[in-house]
Amino acid sequence: MKAEEHKLTAKELPVGDILEAGTAVAFKTGAWRSIRPVWNAQKCIQCMICWISCPDTSIIVKDGKVTGINYDHCKGCGICAVECPKKVCAITMEAEKK
Amino acid sequence: MIKTTYAKGKVVAKTGNEVMAEAMRQIAPDVVAAYPITPATEIVQIFSQFVADGLVPTEFVAVESEHSAMSACIGACAAGARTMTGTSSQGLALMWEMLYIAAGLRLPLVMAVINRALSAPINIHGDQSDTMGARDAGWIQIYSENSQEAYDNMVQSTRIAEKLQLPTMITTDGFIISHCMEVVEILPDEDVKKFAGEFKPERYLLDIKRPYTLGAIDLQDYYFEHRFQLADAMNNAIPVILEVAQDFYKTFGRKYDLYEKYCMDDAEVALVIIGSAAGTAKVVVDDLRSKGVKAGLIKIRVFRPFPAKQLAADLAKLKVVAVMDRADSCSGAGAPLYTDVTAALYSNANAGLPLPKVVDYVYGLGGRDIDLDHFHEVFARLEKIKAGGPIGPVVEYINVRK
Amino acid sequence: MASLKELAKRPESFTGGHRLCTGCGAGTIARQALFAAGDKPVVVTSATGCLEVASTIFPFSAWNVPFFHSAFENSAASCSGIETAYRSLKKQGKIADDIRFIAFGGDGGTYDIGLQSLSGAMERRHKMLYICYNNEAYMNTGIQRSGATPRGAHTTTAPTGKVKTGKDQNRKDLTAIMAAHDIPYVGQTAVGYWNDFMTKVQKALEVDGPSFINIIQPCRLGWGYKPEDTMVLGRLAVETCIWPVYEVVNGEYKLNIKPKEKKPVTEFMKHQVRFKHLFKPENQTLLNEIQVEVDQRWAKLLRLCNEQPIA
Repeated sequence: MKAEEHKLTAKELPVGDILEAGTAVAFKTGAWRSIRPVWNAQKCIQCMICWISCPDTSIIVKDGKVTGINYDHCKGCGICAVECPKKVCAITMEAEKK
Repeated sequence: MIKTTYAKGKVVAKTGNEVMAEAMRQIAPDVVAAYPITPATEIVQIFSQFVADGLVPTEFVAVESEHSAMSACIGACAAGARTMTGTSSQGLALMWEMLYIAAGLRLPLVMAVINRALSAPINIHGDQSDTMGARDAGWIQIYSENSQEAYDNMVQSTRIAEKLQLPTMITTDGFIISHCMEVVEILPDEDVKKFAGEFKPERYLLDIKRPYTLGAIDLQDYYFEHRFQLADAMNNAIPVILEVAQDFYKTFGRKYDLYEKYCMDDAEVALVIIGSAAGTAKVVVDDLRSKGVKAGLIKIRVFRPFPAKQLAADLAKLKVVAVMDRADSCSGAGAPLYTDVTAALYSNANAGLPLPKVVDYVYGLGGRDIDLDHFHEVFARLEKIKAGGPIGPVVEYINVRK
Repeated sequence: MASLKELAKRPESFTGGHRLCTGCGAGTIARQALFAAGDKPVVVTSATGCLEVASTIFPFSAWNVPFFHSAFENSAASCSGIETAYRSLKKQGKIADDIRFIAFGGDGGTYDIGLQSLSGAMERRHKMLYICYNNEAYMNTGIQRSGATPRGAHTTTAPTGKVKTGKDQNRKDLTAIMAAHDIPYVGQTAVGYWNDFMTKVQKALEVDGPSFINIIQPCRLGWGYKPEDTMVLGRLAVETCIWPVYEVVNGEYKLNIKPKEKKPVTEFMKHQVRFKHLFKPENQTLLNEIQVEVDQRWAKLLRLCNEQPIA
């Protein structure tokens, strides 16, 4: 889903092709998903492998611990589920509901 | 015409390249990235000696190509450094892609360009094909007739570029000016430094507390607005160029305009010309004037932005004009200066103002001389047309073995 | 390298909301590189390509650090200009911060069109790290062969057909070319080894001079595999010795990862559509030749690293 966006005029835009840092957080890519990762807090051993492997900065961490998935940005690639240690299996992929 | 009201600096005998390097030394940019190419090599060669002798705080990067020269200059300027370079001909051609990017990113770099013919056939001598090809890149283009103008234009360059946030090229004709020794007044270092001021960009990449992205991809919804910003800046550039010229005049006593009008007050036939050949043409104008011919000359200094409105008004008073192009556009319909001049004149047609007859001459390609006789030949034709004779071919090539 | 738990307390420098394909490891590489850069500020440049395009679609930038892009072939030259500006302004006392510089480029922008600019920047000893995220073809323009495409791979400009079996030539060894520049640090690694990559980035940024890292980065569209297997394929490239993980520190070669067993190249290839045709019986000879080439390169690297073959 595209974020609400006021399209600036040439006068309003900063001069040159200047864009403020980190503004992509406002752009939601969650609708790309056909499957979604589901994180199980009980099973998670906090190894952080899912977090460091995620291409979409979509593993939410707080104080150095995984606390959930950012579904605004997660594209449902499933890397987190594959990288989660086999014996732990704290992330499973489920079909996205329509 | 240059009128020195008082000499503030040192009068010396120097080549065009030497005085452009001198201006760079005095401005003392933070970064220079450059690659050697005849006939511009000397500028950066002399400048590297200034660096080697500790005369400037500049970091000099001897890059491995002109493409990288312009890329590194763009990076340095975006990082917050006052940045300059120099090139010519094939070097400028290799920079092509990056010229547009420098303008699109609104980076006020300054480049000395020594005009030289483009290959093929390879040729190292002066014509303006190189910068004429870059005329739509979004750079300010200022041409110089002689070494003094080249020096003075360089002194004014950073102020113009930085105020407008537009890259600026200052040009002279290869060898004819770049390697020819002339008497030039070099202004005092401290005065030039003061005139140039400090480069204080609003945003720069090394300002790590205010991070931003420069060079993002614009699609259908933003590209046009950014390009409109560029067009708008160019549309509004003339007052800034004139303001800097005015301040230069007040400070140093030499007057500059968008173009120079030579014997134009009551002229009926005139040339529009760019660069060193204007000097030769002026001798012919003087000669014709002494014989009662109402001849005149307009020498373009600022080619981008093109002073269309001003030119149209000045040319309206004439009967016949010859546009002298030291470059060809291979369009089959006239060379670059001719097409711009005639397009400017069309506003006269729209406004119901008088229109002179206009012919185009392509001359001096690859450094081919144009001498007094050739200009006499051109004026003789203008006089005939004025008297009601046939115009003949609109685009002529002069002093070439056809 | 700090532990992941410690790293996770640091702010993210590459945000979500970029438009890289689902499962594209380029996002992972950008994140890991910036985490590895640590507390010192970095300025990033990128060549035109997937990473740059997908992360900076106006008005949305995924970069939380100063980021610069201008063209395809000049990430290194641009970065060298920025680094030069830094040295100049720092020397003149116009800026105070200690800043480091990272240039990104894909394999097209690095092996091919940007090689001259990269070579020049390395030779000039700019203190910058160049990271080539290598997905072995021009993926952004639609999977065309590059100088990094391996022999036998199907691409849209070296396709398989009735008389052709994908790219005829093997890739050039860019890591070796960079090592030949005698720069203080050169590393080769793969997506899927976060610790190795991040350690390399850290080492590279610490050296006094230019550094280069070549990281293989599977492209799910160009290689043809399931998006969740990006890291798996990176590791298979290493386990088959197709893409060894090593470094060259001041001219000394060191193998960083020695697989426990050397898997046949087919273990890497069988997951990918770009190599599917090689499994037809009539292409068995080519497949064998590819294995021989990989073996020869691996043996050569082992000699350089003073390592024994895998038992």
